[in-house]
Amino acid sequence: MAALLELKNVTKVYTRGVLSRASTTALNDVSLTLAENEPTIVTVAGESGSGKTTLAMLLLGFIAPSAGQILYQGQDISRLGGAARMAFRREVQAVFQDPFAVFNPFYTVDHLLTVPIKKFKLATSAKQARERMEEALTAVGLRPEDILGRFPHQLSGGQRQRINVARALVLKPKLLVADEPVSMVDASLRANILETLRGLQKNHGVSIIYITHDLTTAFHIAKSIIVLYRGSVMEAGDVDAVIKHPQHPYTRLLIDSIPWPDLNRRWGETEIKAKEMEQSAQGSGCKFLSRCPFAMNQCVTPAPLFRMSEHQAASCYLYEQYPQVHSDQLTELLPV
Amino acid sequence: MSNPVLQISDLQVSYYTDTGRATALDGVSLALNVGEKLGLVGESGSGKSTMALAMMRMIKPPGRIEGGRVLVGDTDLTSLTDEQMLRARLSKIAYIPQGAMNSLNPVMRIGNQMMDAIKAHVSGDAKADMRERCVEALESVDLKPAVFKMYPHELSGGMKQRVCIAIGILLKPQVIIADEPTSALDVVTQRQVMETIDRVQKQIGAAVILIGHDMGLMAQFVDKVAVMYAGRLAELSTVRQMFTSPAHPYAQALISSLPNLENKGVFQGIPGLAPSLLRLPSGCAFHPRCPRVMDICTSVRPDLNTLEDGRNVACHLYTEKA
Repeated sequence: MAALLELKNVTKVYTRGVLSRASTTALNDVSLTLAENEPTIVTVAGESGSGKTTLAMLLLGFIAPSAGQILYQGQDISRLGGAARMAFRREVQAVFQDPFAVFNPFYTVDHLLTVPIKKFKLATSAKQARERMEEALTAVGLRPEDILGRFPHQLSGGQRQRINVARALVLKPKLLVADEPVSMVDASLRANILETLRGLQKNHGVSIIYITHDLTTAFHIAKSIIVLYRGSVMEAGDVDAVIKHPQHPYTRLLIDSIPWPDLNRRWGETEIKAKEMEQSAQGSGCKFLSRCPFAMNQCVTPAPLFRMSEHQAASCYLYEQYPQVHSDQLTELLPV
Repeated sequence: MSNPVLQISDLQVSYYTDTGRATALDGVSLALNVGEKLGLVGESGSGKSTMALAMMRMIKPPGRIEGGRVLVGDTDLTSLTDEQMLRARLSKIAYIPQGAMNSLNPVMRIGNQMMDAIKAHVSGDAKADMRERCVEALESVDLKPAVFKMYPHELSGGMKQRVCIAIGILLKPQVIIADEPTSALDVVTQRQVMETIDRVQKQIGAAVILIGHDMGLMAQFVDKVAVMYAGRLAELSTVRQMFTSPAHPYAQALISSLPNLENKGVFQGIPGLAPSLLRLPSGCAFHPRCPRVMDICTSVRPDLNTLEDGRNVACHLYTEKA
């Protein structure tokens, strides 16, 4: 199996200043493999501060891991040179959360689309470049004549976000890292953007890492899911299993907090322990310990993943009767 | 029926742009009772935020309020002088804007920002009283008094958002408008913030207008839902009616586009695009996208009618029967 992307025990630690010894582990020993010939959609879920965005930055090569390796088509992405680096930059694309921040207000939105076309020499003439742009814009459900030639402030958030997806589309990527692509977009447009993303995976063979805190959209778009909490994998597996039958107390809290558009399913009654309280109590044990209603004595050492079924495992001692899975084998839990 | 605390009648707002006049709000009327929670939903550009800004009289040029009245209690906000309006804000009607947490001044302590808000809207309070009031407000949103002395960067996003809610309720307004108060927060924090608004609202007995597009949040939070389309109300009904039997075809499309756990992988977006306010379709603005369009819809604009079950719908499907 040729791997498109391979994370090998990746850890990222942020340190504060040169002299300070205080540090934050944003991502703790994550291993993951995406196969080249089996495009899939993997969701990485968690609340703010769970390391989701750090993972995106690592995958895109914007920051380097503190330990471990990230391989793209077998090559360490921090050591790519020349043509390989260009290919990596073209084939791995990103869509970010904030559809406002990526635009330069002094240029028309065309700029965002023409720069990659020029940079990667995707068109031989101005006419062809225009066609490419129009094609990509139409694919994301925009009317090119309404969009081209306008300035960012003249467009709505939903329109801008779809332009971002169109920009990635122009480059025909192999891997798309989508960091909260729909969290600032209308519900009715959300469906369109998600449909676009899924079409990319199905019809264009693009693998997608979908980073989100919104488990409803994750459920609909992805095949598998990894739930992170403060940098550690809490639960992973098949998206159906994890969302319909969450096992880890943290996943349960997350699922319980989804505002379901269903009058018969009210927000759970579980008390949310305030996050701000737990910040100081960072120990070496389970990251969720201070907020966990099931905290036990043994939780002071972090739990390994226990595999309760072929495609589901949780890092929690509540499930210690099940076989252990090593963190390297995370990929085996994820159906393609 | 109790006296409504908020009464909006025939509110009209236009934006004058280079390419013509865009009617962002076209004759919207609604009323809200004490303690009631209304959800205002619609696509981007449907006039949700314009509605909030118009109520606060914060529409800036090239926009203009062209008509209508906004009554809070028995004060007509549209007839106040600018000076009076300034005082009415926060004390009668408060606004928690989208991404409010980014509106905090990064180089000023939370407490000073809160006291500033009081000073700007009421005069002559003693400093000690103001401080006490601020700490009280912080406590009601579940923040420790110590936050009073902190800077914004010392707080998390959810905490900053709760500080903004605390500022919003400082002067115990009768109406609170929350414009997507949780759009940048994750689900767990979102639930905390919404539960805070809920509790505070009960404490001070204010009416709340929650603006947003997350129907899930609406189902969990509000009593009534108003669906806007192209600057007009399409439907106004109770949350139960809206989720069990929406009447307007647009509301129906909105409800059926919601994700749930049964229909995995079915993305039912609403076909077509939201109309540009500069060139609205003739007749009913929704007719080009409507699955149940009739001849009359292309020429005659439907009025908002009250149906037998008490809901208000602007659609020709229901005018014939009425």
